[in-house]
Amino acid sequence: MTLLSLKNVKTNIGQYAVLHDVSFDVAEGGVFVLLGRNGAGKTTTLRSIMHLWRPSPGSITFRGQDITGMHTSDIARMGVAYVPENMGIFGTLTVDENLVLATANGKIDQTRLKWVHSLFPALEKFREKQAWSLSGGQKQMLSVARAIIEPRQLILIDEPTKGLAPSIVDAMAEAFRDIAKDSTILLVEQNFRFAKSLGRDMAVIDDGRVVHAGSMADFAADQGLQDRLLGLSM
Amino acid sequence: MKQTTGTLVVKLVVLAIAAVLLFAPFLFQNVRSVEVAARICIFIVLVASYDLLIGYTGIVSFAHTMFFGFGAYGAAIFLKDMGPGWWPVALGAVGGVVVSLIMATAIGLLSLRVKAIFFAMITLAAASVVLVLVSQLSQLTGGEDGITYKAPDLFKPATKLLVDGNGKVVKLFGVSLNGKVAAYYFVYLSCLVLFLLMLRFVRSPLGTVLEAIRENEARAEAIGYRVVAYRTFIFCLSATIASLVGTVYAVWLKYTGPDTSLSFDIMIDILLMVVIGGMGTMWGAVIGAVLLVLAQYYLRDLMGAASEALSGVPVLPELLAADRWLFWLGIIFILLVYFFPKGIAGTAMQAGARR
Repeated sequence: MTLLSLKNVKTNIGQYAVLHDVSFDVAEGGVFVLLGRNGAGKTTTLRSIMHLWRPSPGSITFRGQDITGMHTSDIARMGVAYVPENMGIFGTLTVDENLVLATANGKIDQTRLKWVHSLFPALEKFREKQAWSLSGGQKQMLSVARAIIEPRQLILIDEPTKGLAPSIVDAMAEAFRDIAKDSTILLVEQNFRFAKSLGRDMAVIDDGRVVHAGSMADFAADQGLQDRLLGLSM
Repeated sequence: MKQTTGTLVVKLVVLAIAAVLLFAPFLFQNVRSVEVAARICIFIVLVASYDLLIGYTGIVSFAHTMFFGFGAYGAAIFLKDMGPGWWPVALGAVGGVVVSLIMATAIGLLSLRVKAIFFAMITLAAASVVLVLVSQLSQLTGGEDGITYKAPDLFKPATKLLVDGNGKVVKLFGVSLNGKVAAYYFVYLSCLVLFLLMLRFVRSPLGTVLEAIRENEARAEAIGYRVVAYRTFIFCLSATIASLVGTVYAVWLKYTGPDTSLSFDIMIDILLMVVIGGMGTMWGAVIGAVLLVLAQYYLRDLMGAASEALSGVPVLPELLAADRWLFWLGIIFILLVYFFPKGIAGTAMQAGARR
């Protein structure tokens, strides 16, 4: 069943056309990976889904409902979480306050919190610390934890491994596998090894257009396609 | 902001200020000092309510004195028309709050979507229009002359709060417990309640949301918060508190005019106090208000005394002449901003927070 669908989405940032024609469907469950070179339009696609950039024209539907013109906060309340690439945490707030902020009624479900802490043990250790004082990896963990502190149907995650140590990347991959049991993840990633280990379906964006979509297994097996679409052998 | 040694020091200083203000009528037994203490109380609340806007939400408004003026004029108009009593004060307070809420909601919903600089300009325009209107509608507002009226009977200097066996007013530490003391405590307690309410508010989950919005608007939107709605709410809350403290000030002064409530000089004072004290701390409002009000009242006298004391020394007496107090106030302000870029409370509270 299709959870998210983008049809002919075009997005301009100022006078520049960044997305020319983006169409793909994300099926419910598992991890869908969006690949592409730097500046191809992957982040703009996620921001367009959240209406942080205004797509025009084109349509975006979530659970069959058109969300193209909806306000960002309404999209979030529908069950879409967004983890931006620059560790989108609130630095002046504590780790716990960051998590509480993402709950609907200001209260954290303790069972869920335990699960989040089991995925990211550092967050339990530094609960009362202000988020700016965390390391880069811990900030990224907090950013993901905030997205999953309540059940979400779709989680948009933008380059979560950028700048992280390999050991943290592995921990992050484990966490994503666990998260994907209950939620669908739309992952933007440049680390192909990481993406390959998680993705079920994938699409490649180049110059604001989807140039390939299919299963990750097929794409991972086709070295020639990877070289042609991503520009380097991984 | 979390507990650091600096935070503890700031809180102790604020506690000491609160204690001094509590006993001000007994500690400083002259009219001017009590006047200064009451003004400090009023400005602590006014600056703290502005800090809710600029410090906690990042909204720059130049209309804060407009809301202060609505509350002051509300009380003044009713006290003038209905005579002294508590009903006119209550009606004035409610009237001021209602007008403030209408204006704040209209300005907020119409203009909080635009960029900060445009919002600031819109509030400046609104405040200017109100200032002109108050001047023009002299039948209602007294125009440039303002309105003089009587406060409730409890606050008359002749009122005896406590009498001894001979019917004479009781004295405590040499101070007659009369209506003037009652008026001061009305100001003190009103301001204390309003300040504690604001403190409670910034410690609430809603305060956390505001901090998040200040830090990154788009991020707050992306986790489900409608930023315009929250900003409009805080703008209304800030306006309500400014209006209420305007009413309290009007009751204390027994006079309301453009210079005491609406002028841009007061707006500049508020800005200076919040910058000197430290934005986004609440405690900064206390420190900023105390320092600036004391400087406004006593720097001139202090410099006059220093000038006299140094009369034998070349140049210095001229430099420290009492008439140059504004120049020195400016120098002090520049030094404070240079050495305490986050304000006195802000810088002190951050000390020890870094790892």
